[in-house]
Amino acid sequence: MKPFVQHRGLVAPLDRPNVDTDQIIPKQFLKAILRSGLGKGLFFDWRFLASGASNPDFALNQPRYQGASILLARDNFGCGSSREHAPWALKDYGFQVIIAPSFADIFYNNCFKNGMLPLVLPADQVEELFQLVQAKPGTQLTVDLPSQTVRDDAGKSWSFEVDSFRKKCLLEGLDDIALTLRHEAEIEQYEKAHASVA
Amino acid sequence: MPKTLFEKIWQRHVVFSEPGRPSLLYIDLHLVHEVTSPQAFEALRETGRKVRRTDRTFATLDHNVPTDPRPFKILDANSAKQIDVMRENCRSFGIQLFDLDSPSQGIVHVIGPELGLTQPGKTIVCGDSHTSTHGAFGALAFGIGTSEVEHVLATQCLWQSRPQTLELRVEGTLRPGVTAKDVILYIIGRIGTGGATGYVVEYTGPVMRNLTMEQRMTVCNMSIEAGARAGMIAPDQVTVDYLRGRKHVPQGAEFEKAAADWLSLASDAGAQYDKSLVFQAEDIAPQVSWGTNPGMVVDINGRVPDPNAFSDPVERRSAEMALEYMGLKPGTPVQEIKLDRVFIGSCTNSRIEDLKAAASVVRGRHVAPTVRAMVVPGSQQVKAEAEKLGLDRIFREAGFEWRESGCSMCLGMNPDTLSPGERCASTSNRNFEGRQGKGGRTHLVSPTMAAAAAVSGHFVDIRDWDVPVATGASQ
Ligand code: SF4
Repeated sequence: MKPFVQHRGLVAPLDRPNVDTDQIIPKQFLKAILRSGLGKGLFFDWRFLASGASNPDFALNQPRYQGASILLARDNFGCGSSREHAPWALKDYGFQVIIAPSFADIFYNNCFKNGMLPLVLPADQVEELFQLVQAKPGTQLTVDLPSQTVRDDAGKSWSFEVDSFRKKCLLEGLDDIALTLRHEAEIEQYEKAHASVA
Repeated sequence: MPKTLFEKIWQRHVVFSEPGRPSLLYIDLHLVHEVTSPQAFEALRETGRKVRRTDRTFATLDHNVPTDPRPFKILDANSAKQIDVMRENCRSFGIQLFDLDSPSQGIVHVIGPELGLTQPGKTIVCGDSHTSTHGAFGALAFGIGTSEVEHVLATQCLWQSRPQTLELRVEGTLRPGVTAKDVILYIIGRIGTGGATGYVVEYTGPVMRNLTMEQRMTVCNMSIEAGARAGMIAPDQVTVDYLRGRKHVPQGAEFEKAAADWLSLASDAGAQYDKSLVFQAEDIAPQVSWGTNPGMVVDINGRVPDPNAFSDPVERRSAEMALEYMGLKPGTPVQEIKLDRVFIGSCTNSRIEDLKAAASVVRGRHVAPTVRAMVVPGSQQVKAEAEKLGLDRIFREAGFEWRESGCSMCLGMNPDTLSPGERCASTSNRNFEGRQGKGGRTHLVSPTMAAAAAVSGHFVDIRDWDVPVATGASQ
């Protein structure tokens, strides 16, 4: 996995709470057998009208947010289905960082497995960022993982918490399975001790 | 120190731990389905890894499967491909697959318990958020993403940070006509769709003790809709009785030994939870969801809420958007909401007791002419048992379609979907936008409420009907 250390990019807002993974990537795209190429299905039902034309009212379709790589969202982002297709689609579309006041558990976990950073800030700071992005087209943020801070170009910064182990994995781009296989001896020992458990 | 059910299971499964990082947990049972596994197997191939424990890994086909009479040719090329890939992966990695011609095929969360694969004290994972269902047995069961599916296939372990525990206690006795589905919808309505995020929930109290195993599964199934990592209920005699004689449980004296161990897993008196909430059973009425997440529910005798009644601006906007999507006006009595479709099925409510309850409502009645209604048994075993009891005849005579087992219209990856604008009373678990088909409008209800709605053409209060409705194991 590619390490994640620092990321600077354009911010796009998605101003609604409880965005579920059915919305992030609708079911018709779950028939894929590959991880790649899912960006085309991202927020499909919101991005496209019934006619197939791009929906001009949807934030991500607005010219000012083209090329965004940081998604600003509301509470409980990524709730619902465990589909890892959700972070795959976000990443394929170009998002590296998602900022929200809270995330659903499985989605949060899935992001780290794909070298993406789901970043939690208090609701009032997220609100502040929404206003900033609204007010200043072209707002870019710099997310620095080692120092656990988000900065805007005016020099304002916000700090965030992240579990130290997850942080290390992202910084080093560690492969989970390789890490686990270093514990082969312990796994074998566990299996021997619990052999009778059906 | 007295311990909770969760703590006991956690402790038993730690393979390796070290301060300041997640623990490596052993996984006893890994269930696999066709949608969330192809990329995991592909990655195993790329890295030259094998499946570590094929004896602890079982696969089924459920999400993509058409519910037409079998055998059939799957017309959707992508669905057909995903199913073929699952077959090929099971063949080449040596995993048992419950294929479409197997009498054990069905929705992954229906077949695990019915085959006795699901057992108290086990750690159980599946690339599916409703894996929480299996917690009804006092197992620690949770959904994982595809990267973790790959990880479990390769190592039979997972890195897990220890979650906190949340006790959801329901005191009292359910009123007649109120079901397990209403209990869980009511709770999610109270605590919200993120109300249990970061927690493993244990449901406790007299109401849970009086539920049958199938009803407990309905409750635990929807734990994820409150954001919980897992939901569980302590094993008791009801659990043991359900499991006795099932295919994958130990037999004879070995079973009695296992049962004694299972019973010892229940939370000790005085065990501490990180947080506890108490609900009163008598407060719970049959529930109907009005919006686009499972926390947006109201009593059957209630009205569609007015967004202006929400003080939080984010919630208000979210209610406005939900009403717009759902095509509902604030203040509309729920019982005046007319329906186009009724779906009885899904891993929440497609087991034999669900079908019996629904059949008892429709017996001798007929589906309203404006409604298309279908019943989709959760598994081939459920279907066979229902047919033995003649439930298929009751449903068919009442004008329901009686279909083959699978996820069906719970998520519409198969041909069963809602058309844009269609309104459906559904016994499934998610009313998200487009869940049952693009533009489709889903109202979550219990099987008896869905059945009565099918007959009436709109929602009705099942408590006004003269039907024998069982609410607990003792009845
Ligand atoms: S029935 Fe629905 S919720 Fe259950 S596993 Fe299938 S798609 Fe998922």
